[in-house]
Amino acid sequence: MTNPPPENFVRRSPWADQIFGWAAKGAALLTLLLLIGILLSLVAGAWPAISKYGLGFLTSTTWDPVKNEYGGLVMIYGTLATSFIALVIAVPVSFGIALFLTELSPSWLKRPLGTAIELLAAVPSIVYGMWGLLVFGPILATYVQQPLQNAFSSVPYLGALFSGPPVGIGILSAGIILAIMIIPFIASVMRDVFDMTPVMLKESAYALGSTTWEVVFKVVLPYTKAGVVGGIMLGLGRALGETMAITFVIGNFNQLDSLSLFQAANSITSALANEFAEAAEGLHQAALIYLGLVLFFITFVVLALSKLMLAQLQKSEGAKT
Amino acid sequence: MSAVLPDQRLLKFARRKRTNQIALVLSLAAMCFGLFWLFWILWETVRLGLGGISIATFTQMTPAPNDAGGIANAIYGSFLMVLLATFVGTPIGIMAGIYLAEYDPKGWLASVTRFVNDILLSAPSIVIGLFVYAVVVSRFKSFSGWAGVMALALIVIPVVIRTTENMLQLVPAGLREAAYALGAPKWKVIISITLKAARAGVVTGILLAVARIAGETAPLLFTALNNQFWTSDLSQPMASLPVTIFKFAMSPYENWQQLAWAGVFLITVAVLGLNILARVLTRNKN
Repeated sequence: MTNPPPENFVRRSPWADQIFGWAAKGAALLTLLLLIGILLSLVAGAWPAISKYGLGFLTSTTWDPVKNEYGGLVMIYGTLATSFIALVIAVPVSFGIALFLTELSPSWLKRPLGTAIELLAAVPSIVYGMWGLLVFGPILATYVQQPLQNAFSSVPYLGALFSGPPVGIGILSAGIILAIMIIPFIASVMRDVFDMTPVMLKESAYALGSTTWEVVFKVVLPYTKAGVVGGIMLGLGRALGETMAITFVIGNFNQLDSLSLFQAANSITSALANEFAEAAEGLHQAALIYLGLVLFFITFVVLALSKLMLAQLQKSEGAKT
Repeated sequence: MSAVLPDQRLLKFARRKRTNQIALVLSLAAMCFGLFWLFWILWETVRLGLGGISIATFTQMTPAPNDAGGIANAIYGSFLMVLLATFVGTPIGIMAGIYLAEYDPKGWLASVTRFVNDILLSAPSIVIGLFVYAVVVSRFKSFSGWAGVMALALIVIPVVIRTTENMLQLVPAGLREAAYALGAPKWKVIISITLKAARAGVVTGILLAVARIAGETAPLLFTALNNQFWTSDLSQPMASLPVTIFKFAMSPYENWQQLAWAGVFLITVAVLGLNILARVLTRNKN
């Protein structure tokens, strides 16, 4: 005969359960408060600049710590221009990589190749920066910038785009390095959403005699377009917020006189990295924090859009299968 | 008519085939393009980094320009700050991940937290640095190692939350139900059943987080700043490998640049090693 279980055995410590639950909830709330805290502290820190310049800050090109006059257009332009160049290069390449990984690659190669591309995302950005400045920049200057300049110097508009000193630092090199950095992000999202396409759809298209390219372009891509755009947005978010790699190669020069791609420029992140630690408290610091706030706002919008797009794809997939 | 039609069809077929071939060749080229950069960067890092490494790199302090020296204080500072940040950030991340997966997967708090976490996950790290500057550095009027630890911990948290939640969701519901049926309280089910089953995945998340903060420079620039000397005092400015590399690489001095390459080599090896380790761990589990 077995003994009956002792009284009060089952719930020896009802408190432990509640404490654990509270701790878990507290940690979740903390994450929430973190975002609110970041926003509040940025607004508070930027307040002197916000109250002095208002939204005019975004359209003024003056940045003069000596006269204590600040405007953010140069940096905002630098950030947007480099990210745009990065997207122009990275999107087609990522599409090609995703196409290769999902449709062409023999299955034993898929994993190692996918891992190699993802490792490209793991390389710290300071490594990209130093490599870009000391290895890639000089090569870009000799083999790409100078020939381009020679070829287009007499062509109007295009010539202006390629004017400036071909020294390998500036908007173009920053854009190219950003492209290399965001390719793995976009490519792996594209690969994942391509894999989500129902096999039945693809096989039906193949059975009707489509070529691989037609299947990808006319069946897979339309099916996954929300996800693809979401992935591109994710890469854009990365590019906008990238700091160290850009700080190394953009040249840190506040100008917007020429729209040349070879000209040294400045971006929000590189201005922060270079000036913030030395900035005098007061308007200079507030203006820099204002720039940070603008950057946070832009990335927030881009990421929110990307989340929305990816969620839409998941929802539509749920409805169809 | 009947003779023309097959001709046109054949022509069209040839054109489609050609388009297909061009597209596939371009796709192969894109793949090579991606791999090309990876190998080029790794190659230069190894070539220039190994040349700069000697015993002195690990034993001596950061030197003055054109002086012999090493980066021992920077390696130590990085190690200390990354270690502490992991210890601070991991429990918070795991608990929040548990909340999202186990307590309230569909409630409003969980949905909002999940969204916020995704924003934090990709928020520019320099903005995290600004936040910590405003909250810690400007309040205590001093750059400090603690501020650096806090900035890095804030980067660890979202990474760990994401992987913990994903991994806990993969644990089959039957395991949980079996444990509940035996009368285990919820905290015990989570700690000794679900979390244990998802162990490999959670550890992977932590490793990835460590790999990410080991290479982070931007959030340290105006929190921990830099220090030329060895210090274990976290209330002082503290050297770190990435910030030292940044300072040295931008300088015109040959010996500083060489040390920077050595640092880049060490960081790359550490970060890629952690990433590969993390991948091996998850593969074994699957």
